[in-house]
Amino acid sequence: MRHIISLLLENESGALSRVAGLFSARGYNIESLTVAPTEDPSLSRMTIVTRGTDSVIEQITKQLNKLIDVVKLMDMTEGPHIEREMLLMKVQAKDAAREELKRITDIFRGRIIDVTDSSYIIELTGAGEKIDAFLQAVDPASILEVVRSGVSGIARGDKALRI
Amino acid sequence: MELTGAEIFVRCLQDEGVDIIFGYPGGAVLHIYDALYQQDKVRHILVRHEQAATHAADGYARATGRPGVALVTSGPGATNAVTGIATAYMDSIPLVVFTGQVPTPLIGNDAFQEVDSIGITRPCVKHNFLVRDVRLLAETIKKAFYVATTGRPGPVVVDIPKDITAQRCEYSYPKRVTMRSYNPVVKGHSGQIKKAVDLIMTAKRPMLYTGGGVILDNASKTLTEFTRLLGFPITNTLMGLGAYPATDKQFVGMLGMHGTYEANMAMHSCDVLVAIGARFDDRVTGNIEKFCPTAKIVHIDVDPASISKNVKVDVPIVGGVDNVLKHMLKLVKEGSDKPDAEALKEWWQQIDEWRAIDCLKFDRTSDIIKPQYVVETLYKVTKGNAYVTSDVGQHQMWAAQFYKFDKPRRWINSGGLGTMGFGFPAAMGVQLAFPDETVCCITGEGSIQMCIQELSTCRQYGLPVKIINLNNRYLGMVRQWQEFFYQKRYAMSYMESLPDFVKLAESYGHVGMKIEKPGDVEGALKEAMKIRDRTVFLDFITDQYENVYPMIPAGGGQNEMILI
Repeated sequence: MRHIISLLLENESGALSRVAGLFSARGYNIESLTVAPTEDPSLSRMTIVTRGTDSVIEQITKQLNKLIDVVKLMDMTEGPHIEREMLLMKVQAKDAAREELKRITDIFRGRIIDVTDSSYIIELTGAGEKIDAFLQAVDPASILEVVRSGVSGIARGDKALRI
Repeated sequence: MELTGAEIFVRCLQDEGVDIIFGYPGGAVLHIYDALYQQDKVRHILVRHEQAATHAADGYARATGRPGVALVTSGPGATNAVTGIATAYMDSIPLVVFTGQVPTPLIGNDAFQEVDSIGITRPCVKHNFLVRDVRLLAETIKKAFYVATTGRPGPVVVDIPKDITAQRCEYSYPKRVTMRSYNPVVKGHSGQIKKAVDLIMTAKRPMLYTGGGVILDNASKTLTEFTRLLGFPITNTLMGLGAYPATDKQFVGMLGMHGTYEANMAMHSCDVLVAIGARFDDRVTGNIEKFCPTAKIVHIDVDPASISKNVKVDVPIVGGVDNVLKHMLKLVKEGSDKPDAEALKEWWQQIDEWRAIDCLKFDRTSDIIKPQYVVETLYKVTKGNAYVTSDVGQHQMWAAQFYKFDKPRRWINSGGLGTMGFGFPAAMGVQLAFPDETVCCITGEGSIQMCIQELSTCRQYGLPVKIINLNNRYLGMVRQWQEFFYQKRYAMSYMESLPDFVKLAESYGHVGMKIEKPGDVEGALKEAMKIRDRTVFLDFITDQYENVYPMIPAGGGQNEMILI
């Protein structure tokens, strides 16, 4: 099962390596990991996408909670939540492909944010699946560069990950 | 008044009540050593290798229950200390290790004796700190002791750059610290505790399985009362020996790979298992698929991550072992339910049948010294009152099987990491904590050579440690596995060119004895116990081919032991 685990952790040097080190030392997989400071500069928020059986996920959350730098943790996938990922993609945009790329971008509600006579940079935001679908829709030969931000997540409704 | 970082460091140790630290000087900690030199409250013990500093601090911590403290320099000082830190980590021992670091402006520049101590130790510490500002030094040290000693204890490393130890600021040592991200649980959930007691009272074939957590939480007294009140059989793990009196009739011996037949069979056959401060280590469970097939399991542990990690349990209780046991004891005393006496009687009959197999028997007629006989005689000569440390291998198992520990904190060994070289420096730590007690290190000729340099430390401080060297001229446990599983191809397990241990001990000013006949064992041990100002190295020439029995082979269940 795919899980999105969100953490609040002390915004200190080394905190990231404790989390990353835990995953490698215990053989857990990381699909994506994003981290940035929150509105409280002493805290960072990290979102980890991982996969595992229920017992593995239970161990992951327990082991993360055990890290001294982890202040709070929430498994987003346990309740209704919103996930978003941003894609930046540079594509070759010449001749007929130019029009086609513009159209696909519009269909996916993406935006073209940089234009030259031979290329576009496309920005697209959505759940991971939407990004995957967009990448499949684009002719691979035209792709010059793909940058994905990794997933961020937030719980719906009143539930909030805060201290 | 403003103090230097080095002076603050020393004041912190004094204010924390640290009486002894183990260390080795070097460039990055020279300011600290200078400050240590100018005071006499904290005693510094100079070891001969940083690994020994951490092991000695570890032995001190295990025997006293207070945190052990070590101080080493940057670079190789820190890397040498890592084995000791990892040893303490695996056995949850409270240790605070201070490592010197190159001056802050040089960090990351590949400076002389620079190593990323924080990065290297991260996977084997409970937590570590790099001090970047002298104004944070005292608070950081307080936090280090707090984290090391609370919850599930463990080692904490504090990395201090040299320039920090020279800078000045006002000193005040915080009385207590709070950390928003660290709030260890003490009390167990009362609903879960009730559920556990209800389950325990329905048991027909109950079993108590207790580990190092009972000793760490000083819960032996409560455990003993609880066990006696219920009348249940009890087994201790290698780390838990001494938590319950080994000479008591309810004690069925150690369990696990080299546990007793009765302990392992009772585990395999029980219907309610109560695991207390134990972590279902692979050396205990054997093949996890075959583990306790008929049991409902209660697990009490202070670390939530230990619960349902290896074995899925039915009633988890997160909390301090002593606190939870006291709560359970109260419920048992106040409740109307009693254990099923009839069922318990039948269960004990079964256990006594298993006991009658006498799984720890060995040849007593041999004219070669049997290692078991040495440990048994040591127990007799010391009347079971010695502190016994051990290294790792066959001798460790024989020590665990044949020395009956009636009190906690008397049996000191590296159970989790299995660190050869641990026993001797750990014994130094114990002896320094209890100068008047008898401290014995049961070891082998392989293990003892891994920290043999500490004979020099013992000489310097006049430590009367008794080294019980079970010398079989083999890496015995390796040889045993090679005999059983590698068709007797004894690859690199034979120790050629051993030193003359008697002369070696004598060269350090100690006493050496070589014992080759069973008839001389008791006399030699008695004589050794009289020597109080020097280390005694007793080199027992033992049977080369003796094996440790019983044994659960890899992949075996607890009921699939190899017996003698």
